[in-house]
Amino acid sequence: MAEVRPVPVRIQVTDGALIPGKGDKTVRASWKIALFGALGLLVFLPLYNMAPVQEFVLSLWASLFPSPELTARLVDLRTGKYQNIWVDILLYLPDGLSVTFSVTLSSILLATVFGLAAGLGQISRVVLLNRIATVYVEVIRGIPLLVQIFYIYFALGSVFHLDGFFAAVLSMAFCYGAYMGEIFRAGIQAVPVGQMEAALALGLSRTQAIRLIILPQTVKIILPAIGNEFIALLKDSSMVSVMALVDLLRLAKNYGSNHGDYFPPLTVVALVYLVMTLILSWLVALMEERLNQNAR
Amino acid sequence: MPDRVRIENATKSFGELKALKNVSMTVRAGETVVVIGPSGSGKSTLLRAVNRLEVLTSGDIWIDDDHVTNHGSDIRRIREEVGMVFQNFHLFPHLSVLQNIMLAPTSVKKRPKAEAEKQALDLLARVGLSEKRDAWPEQLSGGQKQRVAIARALAMEPKVMLFDEPTSALDPEMVKEVLDVMLDLAKSGMTLMVVTHEMGFAKAAAHRVVFMDQGEIIEVGSPAELFEHPQNDRTRKFLAHIL
Repeated sequence: MAEVRPVPVRIQVTDGALIPGKGDKTVRASWKIALFGALGLLVFLPLYNMAPVQEFVLSLWASLFPSPELTARLVDLRTGKYQNIWVDILLYLPDGLSVTFSVTLSSILLATVFGLAAGLGQISRVVLLNRIATVYVEVIRGIPLLVQIFYIYFALGSVFHLDGFFAAVLSMAFCYGAYMGEIFRAGIQAVPVGQMEAALALGLSRTQAIRLIILPQTVKIILPAIGNEFIALLKDSSMVSVMALVDLLRLAKNYGSNHGDYFPPLTVVALVYLVMTLILSWLVALMEERLNQNAR
Repeated sequence: MPDRVRIENATKSFGELKALKNVSMTVRAGETVVVIGPSGSGKSTLLRAVNRLEVLTSGDIWIDDDHVTNHGSDIRRIREEVGMVFQNFHLFPHLSVLQNIMLAPTSVKKRPKAEAEKQALDLLARVGLSEKRDAWPEQLSGGQKQRVAIARALAMEPKVMLFDEPTSALDPEMVKEVLDVMLDLAKSGMTLMVVTHEMGFAKAAAHRVVFMDQGEIIEVGSPAELFEHPQNDRTRKFLAHIL
């Protein structure tokens, strides 16, 4: 038998933005175009809508194609009635960002706990634990996240009086925990069987072997996948806007309905999500490269 | 010398396949027993049954007074005293060489770290790898990995060492460095049960050689008896193939 070398396993979830790893020129190029395009728009749109710029552009248009509407808008501009809502939105956003981030961060932490429990449960030899974990994963993965959020917030929330933030984190973590359970299970099983045998042969208990030998190797295998889940969760956190939580999306919606124009706030929010996702996927790729370099 | 390992009527089935059929043998304290045989003869299964990595279908195995095959036995405690070296080393890739060796003494025997480290360094010197104490497994050659694996097993101060084809995954030029360490061990009075294809090692180190084929022990004898005057036809055929 030839020496069995552990193959570096890459569990890639196709849900997030593609990870711009080294040596993948197409993905890298499209990643750059998307990121700099989004950042460019986020800078360009507020600048372009500044009063002096608008005045210049509008007067240019008015001289070419005179119309009463253009004239009216120019009057607004000159009398100071004009408001640059693009800048207004950007100033308005940080509140929503912090809600989105705290929901995402709390959810991913709690989901990791659920996921680890579900993953260990699925490989457990205790039949009851095994069943509970497997059924949890099956059931949760079969119910849309939005339905779960409605269920926990509106159905359960009315019975247990759940706070919006708590309900949001709980439903996101419960759902993502099931997906992470699969990642943990796959990661644990990707560690060669010989590692467990060597640990047992040395006199370690199964629990010790899992804690000291298997899980540290699992973490390395699944970190990129967890990173991807984090990105997916960041995006899906927009679903909590159906609750009384003012996250990025809810903020944009509120702004739109207050000002009677949904176009600018939703554009900005979409761009902000895109920028965050792209930067995070770059960080995940960076982490993956470093892990492979260290090869520990 | 008393028996250290006693195997009685060991039988193991994998579904239809009978990997072991009523195998009985002993390894005496301080003895080196080499098990040879064609692949699929059940020799690795037999070896792995000794520390219950493989659970027998029927039969009994004792190590001194410990009944390995009894499900009531504390197998974890028994394994503490049985060192095992694998074909593919199975070093822990996330731990340094020193940490690999110290892991079991500190986590199973609860030895103080300083003491375990001193012992690990002694063992590394013994297998000739002192300068690799802080290396990572993947930075080592196959032969070095296997010597670290031997040191790791010795750190638990076992009373018997099991070797499962320890040189089969090695490049030819690295076989000798591993066999030399094993030879040293055999001479030091350690009890060894070795599954291998290295007939040179068997001749140099074994007190007895066991020939297995198709899940059965065909012949047992001293290296001189077995290699020079094999009694059984199957033994002769196998030796003709391999020598």
